[in-house]
Amino acid sequence: MLTSAHLKYESQKLAMNYFRVAIVLFGAQLLMGLIAAIQFLYPGFLFELFDFSVARMVHINALVVWMLFAMIGSVYYMIPDETGEEAVAIGLGKLAFWVLTAAVTVVVLVYIFIQVGSASETTIWFINEGREYLEAPRWADIGIVVVVLIFYWNVFATYMKGRRTGIMTVMVANLFALAGLYLCGMFFTDNISMDQYWWWWVIHLWVEATWEVFVGTLAAYALIKILGAKREIVEMWLWIEVLMLFGSGILGLGHHYFWIGTPEYWWEIGALFSALEPVPLVAMFVHVLYDWGKEQGHCEAKGNAHAINNTPAMAWIAANAFGNFLGAGIWGFFHTLPQVNIYTHGTQFTAAHGHLAFFGAYATILIGMMYLAVQGAYGVKTMKMTFKTKMSLFLIIFGVLGMTVALTIAGYEQVLVERADLGGGWDAFFIAQELPWYVQAQAWRLVMGLVTFAGFVYLAWDLLTIGKVTATEEAAEGMAAQAA
Amino acid sequence: MSKKSASVWTSIPFWRRSAAWVTGTATVLLIWLTFDTMGQIAMGSDADLEKGIKHRIPAASVINYHIDYVMDEKRGHEVPVIGEKEPFFGKEWSNQEAADLLHLGKLASQAKNCMNCHTLLGNGAYYAPDLTKAWLDTKWNDGTMTGITGKETKEEAMAEFLMHPSRYPTHARMMPNLGITKKEAVALVAFLKHMSSIDTNGFPRNFSQSAKRLEGGTHAH
Repeated sequence: MLTSAHLKYESQKLAMNYFRVAIVLFGAQLLMGLIAAIQFLYPGFLFELFDFSVARMVHINALVVWMLFAMIGSVYYMIPDETGEEAVAIGLGKLAFWVLTAAVTVVVLVYIFIQVGSASETTIWFINEGREYLEAPRWADIGIVVVVLIFYWNVFATYMKGRRTGIMTVMVANLFALAGLYLCGMFFTDNISMDQYWWWWVIHLWVEATWEVFVGTLAAYALIKILGAKREIVEMWLWIEVLMLFGSGILGLGHHYFWIGTPEYWWEIGALFSALEPVPLVAMFVHVLYDWGKEQGHCEAKGNAHAINNTPAMAWIAANAFGNFLGAGIWGFFHTLPQVNIYTHGTQFTAAHGHLAFFGAYATILIGMMYLAVQGAYGVKTMKMTFKTKMSLFLIIFGVLGMTVALTIAGYEQVLVERADLGGGWDAFFIAQELPWYVQAQAWRLVMGLVTFAGFVYLAWDLLTIGKVTATEEAAEGMAAQAA
Repeated sequence: MSKKSASVWTSIPFWRRSAAWVTGTATVLLIWLTFDTMGQIAMGSDADLEKGIKHRIPAASVINYHIDYVMDEKRGHEVPVIGEKEPFFGKEWSNQEAADLLHLGKLASQAKNCMNCHTLLGNGAYYAPDLTKAWLDTKWNDGTMTGITGKETKEEAMAEFLMHPSRYPTHARMMPNLGITKKEAVALVAFLKHMSSIDTNGFPRNFSQSAKRLEGGTHAH
């Protein structure tokens, strides 16, 4: 990750910059998560100095932003491969990278040191907007729009100039929707129902529609790169996935409209379409494993041992196939029907689903893309897992699964005691928070958070070293072969 | 697949067209439903409030009325009921005053980052109680918080609590002092009272039962 020496295209070098920042922000996200997890157990920890609200805000914002950086990086990495062209406005692209990184730094420093402001437009413009996930102050909102427009211009114009593959067609159309939706979250209204209605257009339509399609395109691209999968088959799958993801995800938005003041018909619409949402995730799962098995079979028939030229990347993409289905599909379906959701809404069930889904659906594949980029950056032909790769895979997956199970138990207890029995008032809330089931679950969450963080340390270490180590080994093998 | 496909199921153009049609149809449906929902969740008018005409989200001047949350047999869940007029901080607020107050309160709820500890309409963080029906919570109605803060009315107790939260702890997990001024505190209480009047299709379930259940001791505490 420390070099870009073997990359031919400026676009791919720029991608490496995005990945570097992404990994730093990923670390920041985990640290903030640990602080918040400690505060659940020891409420006095950093009280009135660095409160839960601040730790949690930076935790979720760092998550969104590192994923944004890694997503932009992934696209800049694949543009030249797919289109056969350098990104058209690469100078502007580089400028946008530095502007975005500087802006994110300023925003985070303001979150940490200024935290809250007075009830005025000034706060909304310069400190934070106080709307979960979309806390970025308005000046940063506008900045993000400008940066994204530059990015989109690079993708679109390069696509128009170069080869127009199916993967790039989906990518260009999807990024347009993704960028456009951000505008729905950029206004202020006194009506909180109206506020949340449009807020979900950004959050849900990003996460459960455009981001999922984005993951589909990355998986398609990565399978071609890693396994040499046949483009026609991969692209056919991709269109089927787009059909099912948008077919279920767009109206699946209804499952957020059960209790915010919106009419009852959203119960049926939300229930039906969000129940369909796991279907494309099964398709993505089958697709990845199918291509993997098929290419491996071809290889073995030819007498070669391995179809995979980058086992760390492939492992993370396989983790994505499982994680997306389990976290977004199963854990999402747990509480998506209104009959269940009336009890689970706003409990730790949501946190359990959120942790596994963001990790399973997005973090995994973006990490896979980073390994792919490292392979390119060091000019390595075949990259194999190191001890550190295995440790990071095991610790991160085990840690996140552990946190998910712990939070699910906490949510289950909340549903029974706080919601079903006591009706969800102030006393009901705190009674549920004090019961041993809940407290023990929060303790396990913290332990598993530490396990995840240890896995992150291995991951960062591996990404920094694996390229150089493998390149040296390949060079030595090359020398040995020549000598023989 | 090659240009001449053996079957429609392996034809890329078929799946591409299908994807475009399904996406387009879903988008059109969503936009159509959005138009209908916008009408239904627009804030009601002051005149409608006077006449007793119900809106899912009433006008800001709802702060001048008594609000209750009762079981509706026909709908099968609890609904907000707007009753007789009652003074809010000792007076009746004009339509404009009420609207301005709600505006300030909503701004304050964002400026103070409430959503990253509390949940509003069930959305947000889960570190502190849900605020959806906080105005109607037994904690403010049964004399607990008026007693602790030494205030006459629940709105005054709420405002006092918001200004000095860590002075009146109700749990080991305390609310931090966020530098909320008197004016902001009054506005925040108005915002909470308005939110409690929103028709949330019965969320949180059994909320009005909580007081009875807690007295009855049906839970394992």
